[in-house]
Amino acid sequence: MTETLTGARITVRLLERQGIGLVTGYPGGAILPIYDALAQSTTIRHVLARHEQGAGFIAQGMARASGEVAVCLASSGPGATNLLTAIADAKLDSIPLVAITGQVPKAMIGTDAFQEVDTYGLTVPITKHNFLVSSAEELLEVIPRAFAIAASGRPGPVLIDIPKDVQNQAIEVAAWPAPGGRQLPPPAPGDDLAAAASLINAARRPLLYLGGGVIHSGAAAAAVDLAEKANLPTVMTLMALGAMPVDHPLSLGMLGMHGARYCNLALDECDLLIALGARFDDRATGKVAAFCPQAKIVHIDIDPAELDKIKTAHVGITADVGEALARLLPLVARNPRSAWVERIDQLKREFPQALPGLDDPRSHFGLIRTVAACLDDDAVIATDVGQHQMWVAQAYPLRRPRQWLTSGGLGTMGFGVPAAIGAALAAPQRTVVCFTGDGSILMNLQELVTAGEENVNIKIVLMNNAVLGLVHQQQTLFYGERLFASQFRALPDFCKAAQALGIAAVDLDAAANPCAALVEAIARPGPCLIHASIDAGEKVYPMVPPGAANRDMIGA
Amino acid sequence: MNAVSRNELKALRAVLEIDVNNHPGVMSHIVGLFARRACNVEGILCLPVGDGRQSRIWLLVNEDGRLAQMIRQVDKLEDVLAIRRHAGDHAVFAGLTDHFRP
Ligand SMILES: Cc1ncc(C[n+]2csc(CCOP(=O)(O)OP(=O)(O)O)c2C)c(N)n1
Repeated sequence: MTETLTGARITVRLLERQGIGLVTGYPGGAILPIYDALAQSTTIRHVLARHEQGAGFIAQGMARASGEVAVCLASSGPGATNLLTAIADAKLDSIPLVAITGQVPKAMIGTDAFQEVDTYGLTVPITKHNFLVSSAEELLEVIPRAFAIAASGRPGPVLIDIPKDVQNQAIEVAAWPAPGGRQLPPPAPGDDLAAAASLINAARRPLLYLGGGVIHSGAAAAAVDLAEKANLPTVMTLMALGAMPVDHPLSLGMLGMHGARYCNLALDECDLLIALGARFDDRATGKVAAFCPQAKIVHIDIDPAELDKIKTAHVGITADVGEALARLLPLVARNPRSAWVERIDQLKREFPQALPGLDDPRSHFGLIRTVAACLDDDAVIATDVGQHQMWVAQAYPLRRPRQWLTSGGLGTMGFGVPAAIGAALAAPQRTVVCFTGDGSILMNLQELVTAGEENVNIKIVLMNNAVLGLVHQQQTLFYGERLFASQFRALPDFCKAAQALGIAAVDLDAAANPCAALVEAIARPGPCLIHASIDAGEKVYPMVPPGAANRDMIGA
Repeated sequence: MNAVSRNELKALRAVLEIDVNNHPGVMSHIVGLFARRACNVEGILCLPVGDGRQSRIWLLVNEDGRLAQMIRQVDKLEDVLAIRRHAGDHAVFAGLTDHFRP
């Protein structure tokens, strides 16, 4: 049956056909036709953020927690520019998003029209792909394709810029395209898998190096199977935490700049590094020339441009990690590898990760572990960016893929609160905790209003050291203790601010029994800010100084 | 170009032949990958091929240790159908000197 529909209605219908039940965004003149069509949808719920960056990170939280493509909307001009940081963040962490922006009418593009900005041009380097749609017909092709691109291969953000006249243009639609979905890449070449297996079987000191791609590919269980079968001690990037439970006997936790000493030292000794869905980021490798100096490298990644980019692989395989692992596993021999496993255990004993104050809930590590003790593995743990993020990465017992949401590649302060809201919207049955800092929370504080309005079950643990901790730490260690622009002279009363913005607040500083206060705050449904003061002098240790080799860690 | 001999050209330069979907924006996607690395594109030629739904872009670029990875990144772009690498003295740019006299 042929229907006459506007571009805006077509857009909404195509989103419905994609199975989208929830979108987030912020309206404005150039996207009002789509908002008007959205209002008439009976299946799509819209969550109104309080800033477009908030909308972008809410969508990211939905995508990171669920693994599904998430959608955010913004108007032209300032709406689009406000989205950019969240899109760039999604690009660097390979998060599947479809961002839809309104644009001024086609005839006005290029005239410096009101709220006109070159959204297409601005998003070329920060999207996986982008579209400027020039007719309503094109939407029928572009929207399913955008979903397919976002979800296929290495996931990423796709932007669709739709001029207002295209949204208003009515056309006859005779047939609907199939929804766009994830297309599988070609299988891993069998002889390459065989070559990888023989390197693994021959290695005496192999290490498995898991990156975020293992999470995206849904391959965490397969990676653990491989590790267990061949007794491969396993390191994880910040993005991969939870792929293997960090308390698994073979786990060495996070590698790199703030990894445990035993982890980085083990990398120094390995003779084979098996990199899965990882990209040898500088925060993970430290000085590249000194990274795994004795090791041959097997590298499996879905993105061919990652192979040989930083380190040349002896066996490089372009494939979906999950698919490759399923076929690699039978080729890999069982091997107790007792000497190497014993050496790893010895490194763990000799160079343990120092976690001082674990039983004091008023210390940073103690607070993190007390929060963990209130929760099970179903909880989702989001963070902002700073010392608190690294401490949580070091100390929280992450055990499940998609349990851990953090801004890795872009390291964006302000990520935490909206991402936690998005996770809670996508998984309403879970408790979502966001660890944040006094600097980061102020970057998207307005989203507390959204959290209150949606009554999402998020617990924001504010580790307040009254400084920009990570900057303070670098200035202390590497800039002759010249502290500049890193100490706040004015700080809000965060509990009152949270209450004023519509959510509950608990001040652990004032609690006679902080553990009891924490248990109660976490158990009570709905959004809550949990405020705790932290010593500004605490450092994230160990630390690889910028540019140094991982073995030259300082501290603890 | 006359300052540089053919052999030098061969060593210092590479020519890339890229088949793309012909629509506005393709060029900025491609040259953006070079620009972000401060990698100068020395020559560009582009014309539609066949019915005009596709076009072919020829790029003259400096030989650079990062070129192999850049080629993979170009290849990854949605609108790039194929990319081929040729020696720096490839004929495509050779006949153009007349149009580029100072
Ligand atoms: C948007 C943004 N601006 C600046 C930075 C640089 N930066 C990294 S960590 C940090 C300090 C974070 O302070 P806070 O949120 O209070 O956390 P803390 O380190 O004290 O735990 C800054 C300024 C950043 N990562 N993101």
